[in-house]
Amino acid sequence: MPHKDLLDIVSLEREEIEHLLDQAVPFKDLFTRSVKKVPALKGKSVLMLFYEASTRTHSSFEVAAKRLSADVTNFDVAHSSITKGESVRETIETLQAMRSDFIIVRHSRAGLPGTIARLTRASVINAGDGAHAHPTQALLDAFTIKEKFPDPTGKRVLIIGDILHSRVARSTSTILKKIGVEVAFLGPGSLVPRVGPENIRRFTSYKDAMAWTPDIVYLLRVQMERQDVQFFPSLREYHRLYGVTEARLAEIRQRGLYIMHPGPVNRGVELCDAVMDYERSLINDQVENGIAVRMAVLYWLKPGAKEE
Amino acid sequence: MTLSSEDIAAAVDRLAEAIRANTADAPIALIGIRRRGDEVAQRVLTRLAEDDRELNFGILDISLYRDDFEHLHENPKLLESDIPFPIDGAHVILVDDVLFTGRTVRAALDALSDYGRPARVELAVLVDRGHRELPIQPDYTGITLSTRRCDHVLVCLEKTDGLEQIRVIVKEPS
Repeated sequence: MPHKDLLDIVSLEREEIEHLLDQAVPFKDLFTRSVKKVPALKGKSVLMLFYEASTRTHSSFEVAAKRLSADVTNFDVAHSSITKGESVRETIETLQAMRSDFIIVRHSRAGLPGTIARLTRASVINAGDGAHAHPTQALLDAFTIKEKFPDPTGKRVLIIGDILHSRVARSTSTILKKIGVEVAFLGPGSLVPRVGPENIRRFTSYKDAMAWTPDIVYLLRVQMERQDVQFFPSLREYHRLYGVTEARLAEIRQRGLYIMHPGPVNRGVELCDAVMDYERSLINDQVENGIAVRMAVLYWLKPGAKEE
Repeated sequence: MTLSSEDIAAAVDRLAEAIRANTADAPIALIGIRRRGDEVAQRVLTRLAEDDRELNFGILDISLYRDDFEHLHENPKLLESDIPFPIDGAHVILVDDVLFTGRTVRAALDALSDYGRPARVELAVLVDRGHRELPIQPDYTGITLSTRRCDHVLVCLEKTDGLEQIRVIVKEPS
């Protein structure tokens, strides 16, 4: 059964996840053609509704929609009536009148994309809502891992950083568990939730976490513009305790581990400069795969379909 | 009505023979349309491979080029296309199992042009069952079947379906 919306990973069945990951492969193949565009969504309109700043996710969705021949409209929230006090609901009614087929939403409030989804017949894709979910990031992470490990069962991913406030950590750990990958968290005690899924290991020391023998080290971005800064003493201290320093990179290279990061990278905080040239860094793969996965999502969702 | 594996083999022979007669030893590229067109193309290729000539082989999935998304409950599952040679300037023969309305071939022509600009494109079909909705005709035909528009023509091929037959299922017009 096709879905109308993609709001989180939790509501996807494992078969649906595998289907989307499989479908992203032929979409990625298109990128090597001289014409990268296909007519599948010709005449459809995609509305980008970003209440929070985002360059990467925004442009990734925009490229994905355009490569499917959809028309893309940016609802420029910063300059809209929203700053003049218009409520979200009023905005949605305005958007509804525009008859968009897809609405891509990012908002600092968890659950807002779901509210919009219930108010409109358009397909709504959550592009990040507060600390709740970021399902397309999770899909692109899973796709990137499957490219390296076609059968990822039992592979180990260590997620490092502010787990508590991270929608990436939440969505990506959820999808990885669904496809059989083992996940562990590493971060300052104050930023790793004490309660949560039983099958996720929690570490507070880098040494202990490496002794768990991960296959992939996944660094979360330190959200300087948000709450993170108050939770640890200094960025330098964070880098020393949880970052990939040059010494740690040597160990990672020696063990042949892959490195992932959702971007944009704070150099010298999560990663030292040398990681940019590390041959097993998957950071650029993640960017390219993001477009393919988002094309697969847009192609899969059916505007107007009934959601249970 | 049912056609057997011998009928299918004879039809593939006719396709190969007609293509050979028409193209001599010039380089050609066979591109099969998924699904089953690729299997027909593969068989034609095997027959032409005895000749001393340049042959290329590709597979095309046309899902993204269909014109009926609005009417589909679920979008068709996308399969990988594989065209491992330059299309520019090539003499391409598109191969499909059944030619009916011509819409699949229309989609394939659109898809092909996004890979490059062939010098020439021809069409080979295992079965032509008539009832075109677009001005598209085959250059090479294995079997011509006279059907009513509402009938179903079911082609089953070994690799795709595990058996080898062509069935015409007569339906009442709805």
